[in-house]
Amino acid sequence: MSQIILEAKAVSKYFHDPITVQVLNDINFTINRGDFVSVIGKSGCGKSTLLYILSTMDTDYEGEILIDGLSMKNKKEADLARVRNEKIGFVFQFHYLLNEFSVLKNVMLPGLKLGKYSEQEIEHRAYEKLKILGIESEALKKPNQVSGGQKQRIAIARALINDPLIIMGDEPTGNLDKKNGEIVFNIFKELAELYNQSLLIVTHDQEFAQNTHRIIEMEDGRIISL
Amino acid sequence: MMNFKLLVSISGSLLVARLKQTIVAGVGVTFSIAMFITLLSFMSGLNDLLDGLIINRTAHIRLYNEIRPSNLQPIDLSETYKSHHNFISSVKPKKERLQIYNNDAIMNFLKSDLRVSGIAPKIITQVFFNIGAIDLTGAINGIDVEAENKLFLFQDYVTDGNYIDLKNTPNSIILGKGLAEKMLANIGDMIQVTTSRGERVKLKVVGFFQSGLQDIDNAQSYASISTTQKLLGESGSYITDIQIKLNDINLAPSLAKEYQNLFDVDAIDIQTANSQFETGSTVRTLISYSVGITLLIVAGFGIYNILNMMIYEKMDSIAILKATGFSGKDVNRIFIGIALTIGILGGALGLLLGLGMSWSIDQIPFNTSALPTIKTYPINYNPRFYMIGVVFSIVTTYFAGYFPARKASKVDPVIIIRGK
Repeated sequence: MSQIILEAKAVSKYFHDPITVQVLNDINFTINRGDFVSVIGKSGCGKSTLLYILSTMDTDYEGEILIDGLSMKNKKEADLARVRNEKIGFVFQFHYLLNEFSVLKNVMLPGLKLGKYSEQEIEHRAYEKLKILGIESEALKKPNQVSGGQKQRIAIARALINDPLIIMGDEPTGNLDKKNGEIVFNIFKELAELYNQSLLIVTHDQEFAQNTHRIIEMEDGRIISL
Repeated sequence: MMNFKLLVSISGSLLVARLKQTIVAGVGVTFSIAMFITLLSFMSGLNDLLDGLIINRTAHIRLYNEIRPSNLQPIDLSETYKSHHNFISSVKPKKERLQIYNNDAIMNFLKSDLRVSGIAPKIITQVFFNIGAIDLTGAINGIDVEAENKLFLFQDYVTDGNYIDLKNTPNSIILGKGLAEKMLANIGDMIQVTTSRGERVKLKVVGFFQSGLQDIDNAQSYASISTTQKLLGESGSYITDIQIKLNDINLAPSLAKEYQNLFDVDAIDIQTANSQFETGSTVRTLISYSVGITLLIVAGFGIYNILNMMIYEKMDSIAILKATGFSGKDVNRIFIGIALTIGILGGALGLLLGLGMSWSIDQIPFNTSALPTIKTYPINYNPRFYMIGVVFSIVTTYFAGYFPARKASKVDPVIIIRGK
């Protein structure tokens, strides 16, 4: 059961501007399929920086990242984009929905990019994801016509469309009120427990972290407890 | 394929979301392409008109005999003085006739030359037109009426009377409009001319011609070849000029040289005789092209600006597209797609508008006494201008889109997303 899907090996990162500062120092950990992991720590401890390195979007680091057993080192930009498309779903603090498209099309976009299924099938799958999140009635609205909590749930549906190996979240509840935050948290929990979905969520919400399966705590660029 | 369709649909959505700017950019392209086409069609129409003034009435090659002193004096031919410097002053041309010798054989040879599209023989002679006690100097062009009409559209310039009467009526003449006005001559009147040999002859006026060039209309006239031969007291084989039209006008200079050597006559080609017209046409064409292309480049900057603005507005969208798996290349294609859509739609409308504007100019009356055959402003509907317009609109918009698109493809999603 404990299949490793994400592994960080001796990851370090430096910021060079204006002076060289080490922001990540020898980070090592693994995430297994179905793990619901939160990363906590004070502001500036490097938790978001770590997340963006793990997400393949930030390629300026030392050490090695393995996703699904494959090293992300020395891969081309287009190949990394493909990895993000296929294996990683993102939920950010801000929803980043495209107002030009309907809610449904927003959810469908990464699926259309992957091109694994036909358009009708992707649409069907998008409806299913929206149903899981309880917002299928909003499918044909534009993102600017729905509420903030609903927007974040649409973003989660978008992250789920390609059945990713792992969902990464950067403060996904940071912009939400308590009620909506709880809804999002319950969705994550349900995804992990019901659908065996792995999740890696960066947060500074202690209550949120306490309820996850595993907490990685960081301080000054190091992991102080796994 | 699906990826392409997806990128097109994203381009389309971004375009529609910024419809107003898109239309402004598109109108810029439309306007510049339309102006480009109208300008070139009009300019080139005018060029053709002006060139036609000369080219339609001028032989591509003219064969004639020029009176000039011989290049070789007898002493130059002497073996004894070959190595000496010989000074001979006051050399005079010998009495030589202007006639082209053996012209029948020359004309038969030319008729069988495939590079020649037609020939027309001609006699040019100076005469005095007698008006009471006053003599006006002028010239009679003796022409083969049918050949002249075929080659030089003679009938277009005969504004009164029928050109063919010149052939059918013996001892007839068609006068230049200006000349006729001076002589107060009407069609059907008899006029009197004095030939260079002193003989007085009466000729019947059967028409007037108007070439558009004052100097010609005030001094020139036309008669048939046989009338002119009679006037000069020459035989039926006497002609002074052979006018040649070629299938390809660009061959004129080299063929002129060839004929000059072959027939032992003087030959002049149209390019040498009228070099100033070609220069004028070239400069006018150059000006129209530069103005047209400037317009297109300005439109290109418009597109560049709008795409740049769009990229700043859509930073978030670009970032999330990249985060969710779109590569830099995909983003690049989306923005190039937007630029090309503006270019192609704007360009296509520009072609139609350009055609419409050219057509409108073509309808404006343009009457000038100098150009009797022209009724409206001239337009050249050359498909080449439309081709250039299409190609240029696509190329300009592509480059206008290229730099913003490259910028968009380089957007680092981490900076945008973390910056929030």
